[in-house]
Amino acid sequence: MAEKKMRQIAIYGKGGIGKSTTTQNTVAGLASLGKKVMIIGCDPKADSTRLILHAKAQETVMDKVRELGTVEDLELEDVLKWGYGDVKCVESGGPEPGVGCAGRGVITAINFLEEEGAYTPDLDFVFYDVLGDVVCGGFAMPIRENKAQEIYIVVSGEMMAMYAANNICKGIVKYAASGSVRLAGLICNSRNTDREADLITALASKLGTQMIHFVPRDNQVQRAELRRMTVIEYSPEHKQANEYRELARKIAENEMFVVPTPLEMEELEDLLMEFGIMEVDDEENIGKAENA
Amino acid sequence: MTENAVKKVYRTTPEEVDKVRKWILTEDYKEKNFAREALVVNPAHACQPLGAEMVAHGFKDTLPFVHGSQGCASYFRSTFNRHFREPAPTVADAMTEDGAVFGGQNNLFEGLENAYTLYKPKMMAVFTTCMPEVIGDDLTAFIRNAKSAGHVPEDFPLPYANTPSFNGTHINGYDSMLKSILEYLTEGKKKDGAPKESLNLIPGFDGNTANYREYKRILEAFGIPYTLMADISDSFDSVCDGTYRLYPGGTPLEDAADSINAKATISLQKYSTIQTMRMVKDTFAGSAEVMPMPIGIKNTDAFLMKLSELFGKPIPEELKAERGRAVDAMTDGHQYVHGKKFAVYGDPDYLLGLVSFMLEMGMIPWHVLCSRSNRKFEKEMKALLETSEFGTGCNVWINRDLWHLHSLLATDPVDGIIGDTHGKYLARDHKIPLFRVGFPIIDRINLHRTPLIGYNGAVNLLSMIANKFLDIVDDTSDDQWFEMMR
Repeated sequence: MAEKKMRQIAIYGKGGIGKSTTTQNTVAGLASLGKKVMIIGCDPKADSTRLILHAKAQETVMDKVRELGTVEDLELEDVLKWGYGDVKCVESGGPEPGVGCAGRGVITAINFLEEEGAYTPDLDFVFYDVLGDVVCGGFAMPIRENKAQEIYIVVSGEMMAMYAANNICKGIVKYAASGSVRLAGLICNSRNTDREADLITALASKLGTQMIHFVPRDNQVQRAELRRMTVIEYSPEHKQANEYRELARKIAENEMFVVPTPLEMEELEDLLMEFGIMEVDDEENIGKAENA
Repeated sequence: MTENAVKKVYRTTPEEVDKVRKWILTEDYKEKNFAREALVVNPAHACQPLGAEMVAHGFKDTLPFVHGSQGCASYFRSTFNRHFREPAPTVADAMTEDGAVFGGQNNLFEGLENAYTLYKPKMMAVFTTCMPEVIGDDLTAFIRNAKSAGHVPEDFPLPYANTPSFNGTHINGYDSMLKSILEYLTEGKKKDGAPKESLNLIPGFDGNTANYREYKRILEAFGIPYTLMADISDSFDSVCDGTYRLYPGGTPLEDAADSINAKATISLQKYSTIQTMRMVKDTFAGSAEVMPMPIGIKNTDAFLMKLSELFGKPIPEELKAERGRAVDAMTDGHQYVHGKKFAVYGDPDYLLGLVSFMLEMGMIPWHVLCSRSNRKFEKEMKALLETSEFGTGCNVWINRDLWHLHSLLATDPVDGIIGDTHGKYLARDHKIPLFRVGFPIIDRINLHRTPLIGYNGAVNLLSMIANKFLDIVDDTSDDQWFEMMR
């Protein structure tokens, strides 16, 4: 019998792009397909599991460490919760903003989960939902050797989201050179900008990857969120639920893992101009105020 | 895999070992060695907190307090233990994993409270290791919070210094901690009127306890009232009489507090007191003087003449006689060291003192190496070498380590090495003697109990070096040349 392989997936993307919502809905989709999944939130804000757990906020590894005074007394049951579809949920958490080292918090939390055997062999997928800006080595912990090997970037047709996606690709190239982490695709979380699907498809192809799915904007997501639920659980028949199930299925079947080819700044701006996101302006006007 | 693959064991053949042993002595290897950028091999310096701790031990009833990890604190302590063969009572707040994530404030709170209660110090001198520095612990706020939360009384002296180990060396940590302690103790203590007829003497980072005693003896011979700063002579060379004393020595805190009113402050180590002396110059009532370390005749003369000038006192007859005896000893003994080449390494100020003495003796400081310093020091050292014909052609190596020196000793050899214990491998490999001077000396005893400063120090240095060369002559000469008299 072929040994079942656990796939570890990290979700990156610009802050506020909808990583956590997309991740949880996708995970719920995978769970509804009968997959065993664990989500590890790697963000001091700790909002990566609330829709799965129907909770305001999960008690995090770091909350518990703070309470006990040391990570040594911490037990897995203290921080591992089961939610919708038997999805295992953990939040790394972190210090108060402005003190200590949040990056180290992520490292501590993931080391703890490994040592305590949270990565059980029955799992099909582990998802890492990572802070928008990979500001230091700690937030790259999920894509170190023997961790996530697939990265999905959540993006939209907005300029800054694409800049961020391109930057993340630069980071992936660095890690890919020394390990087996690969870019697995862009997830377009639509903001209803013009020709969004075409633009992201074009960006994906320039990066050497695919737009794995175009998730249309739908207020049903927000309605579900008000009840702290995923769309999949809140309204399984709704068309938006189908979108996430479709995304889940594509991820489950995905075999396209690449070392991305990030764009030079100029190339990216050309692309944006081509799609009318960025206006062409005379070089001499750059840096001039409107009324100057 | 069906069977376990047997991993092949490779053994280096004796021929290969021999080949490499010869190769590392070549010019070819030296070039590769000097092209090295990423790696430091056997550096001749320690890290900032070690210097800070030495200062803390130099004040009476003061407990050094390490904010950071336990292992670092053990390193400082054990280095002092090995060098002085004395205990080094120090506490650490032992930051661990959770401290690294949340910041070390709670560790500091608990540590201060425990140490204050258990060890009843009159002052705790707080300094940091890498860990809190990397995560950006705000020591200023933490200390303030510790007091307002009542972990130690509001008026308890808690001077503190940021001493990241990845920056500078032990002499920078010495500087930061000394500045902080003096700033703390002297705050609001300045009195109106003319400065007091007394001297503040700052020896700088020095692991030779006898040097401190020698400074005191010189000042007492002059009859100049003084405060010797960060005086570790009794802290690290304490009496053994059956009673354990937690704080056996150090500069009295009241004296240090009143030092702001002294007529003058002299630092005898420029590079290890840069910040301190700037603070002294800006805030103290008296003058701020920076002198070279009084090793050798010239530097000792300069020191004594400065004392005489500042306090209007004649050079004591006793010291004049000492000078005469030293000059006589140096004249009698110069033939055994004259024209011999040396490699010398250590801290910038020690090096400037040693080289000055060597030039006086006609010794050639052929390789002068400082494993972390700057262009300013390099320039100053070169200028010193230019003052004597024995400095002609000598090399100054900054930011090079003892493995670089290994290559230099192979391609451009010398007769002896002067430096701390870390150079013993060089001495063995190149079959030349190591004269142990500096910090740490952890493989010979009592060397820190022999002064190297002042006129007596010059005699001691000369005796140590010349007698060793005479030993070598006796050990290696044929019967025919084995003479009763040398």
